Order: sequence, then structure tokens, then C-alpha cells
Amino acid sequence: MIAIELVVNFTLLGFLLVTALYISQTNRLFRAVMLFGIYSLLTASLFVALDAVDVAFTEAAVGTCIATILMLSALSLTGSRKEVRFRRKNATFAVCVSIALGVALAIGIMDMPQFADPNAPANLHVAPYYLQDSYSEIGIPNVVTSVLASYRGYDTLGEVVVIFTAGIGVIALLTARTSKPKED
Amino acid sequence: MESIGIVNYWIVIALMMIALYIVISANNLIKKIIGLNIFQSSVFILYISIGKVGGGTAPILLKEPAVYSNPLPHVLILTAIVVGVATTALGLALIVRIRSAFGTIDDQDVQQDIERN
Repeated sequence: MIAIELVVNFTLLGFLLVTALYISQTNRLFRAVMLFGIYSLLTASLFVALDAVDVAFTEAAVGTCIATILMLSALSLTGSRKEVRFRRKNATFAVCVSIALGVALAIGIMDMPQFADPNAPANLHVAPYYLQDSYSEIGIPNVVTSVLASYRGYDTLGEVVVIFTAGIGVIALLTARTSKPKED
Repeated sequence: MESIGIVNYWIVIALMMIALYIVISANNLIKKIIGLNIFQSSVFILYISIGKVGGGTAPILLKEPAVYSNPLPHVLILTAIVVGVATTALGLALIVRIRSAFGTIDDQDVQQDIERN
């Protein structure tokens, strides 16, 4: 069973790498947006393989559907059907910066605990408490729900505030009185 | 399970590098937003990988004793996904606004337009 889980895990991660590389190379915006939809859906599948079913639901509904629809609407509102131009100078700089990031992160993960280790520090701190006591305290079998809505309820309230603010921002930006676009 | 070590984290780093490359090298603002979203997803994958417990199941309590994965990263990432979409919407609205003010969504064209005036 564990072997199958691992095969699924690495296959999906491989697909993700290929999709991300393709997005970085394509110069058509529509193609990039559709590939981004595929990328999100692959991420959602990976979350199922990693036991995070609630996250997978959210990623499939919000990350895949809403984000892709938002991008498609932005494409149609900006009318950008043209091909994206590439500038070499930019690309060399980008390669240097991302290699620097990769080196820094590689140094950072050197002493990470092994993947799926039950005795990793992250799994020993408060997680056992939630798993053992949340049912008697909250009464919901889904631990993620009881942590999200009860133990970390203020966190979720803050999330709602962020979404509200973003919504106001979007409305303000899209309905603002605009000067005519400059034609020259 | 022990033999695969930290390969997941290596792949996440590769994804982050590709995403940062997209953000910097793309001259089109919508493509920059796509790059940001890919970076964000790779951070999500990193967190969820940390919460995985070998041989575990999803943290929904069963009648019989079982091994569960860590629910805490799941909660954090649930919040992060929704906030991420809110920021994406705001970024795209800004791009639409830039397009109506400058007539282009190419960052260097916008820059030149600003410098000319």
C-alpha cells in the first residue's frame, strides 16, 4: 500500500514539474492560463495522495475553478490575445535569481526530518492533542473542521476579513472613473 | 518509507525556482500572476508534505484506532488557499485597471510610458 502511495506521489510531482516548465516556456497567455488550471488540479490530486482531503476539496473548487475563471475574465477584459514577447536580458537575470533561491532553500531543507516520519517535530507538538481530544471537546469527527472552526476560529474570522477587503478592493478598482487610455 | 528521504522537498524547491523564473522573466503581467500562483501552490505542497505520516489516513476520526496524518498543516493551508485566491483577484483587477490607464499589460511598455510623461 505504501509503495502505491509513493508512486502516485512522485508521478503527480513529476507532472507538476512538467506543467510548470511548459508554462514557463510558452508564450501564449491562453495556453498558460489553461495549463495553470491543470496545474491546480494536479496539486489537488497530490493533496489527496498526501491525506489532505479537505485541502484537496478547497484547491479543486477555489484554486482550480475560481482562479482559472478569474484569469480568463482578466484575459478577456484586457483583450490580450497577442503572443507574449520574451526578452533575453530578463531571462538571464531570472535564472540567476532562481538559482540563488534554490541554493538557499537547499541549505534550508538539509536538516528537515525524513518525509512521512511519524516522529518528526511537526507531528509531535499539538497534533496528537487535536487527534485525541477534539472529538470529546468539539464533537466533530473531522479534525480539520474542528480545528478550523473552533480552536482557530479567530484565524478563520481574519481570513473572512481579508476576503472582504480584497472584494472591496476589486470593486473599487473595477468601477473607478478612469481617464481615457492614452493613444499615441 | 525511510529510503525516499526528502525527495518531496527537493521537487518543491524545483517548482519554486521555476515559479520565480516565471515571475521575473515574464514581461506580461498576467503571466507574472500565474507564476506567483505556482509559487504559492509549491509552498502549499511543502506544508502538506510535512504533515504526512507514513501509513496514515486522512484526519477524520474512525471508530477503530488508526494512524492519522497531522491535521494542523491542513488547516493552515485551507486558510492560505482562500486568501491566495483573494489576492489573485485583487492583482488581476489591478492589471485590468493598468490596461485601461496605459493601454498595455506589458510591464516595460508601462515603464516607458511613465518615463515619457
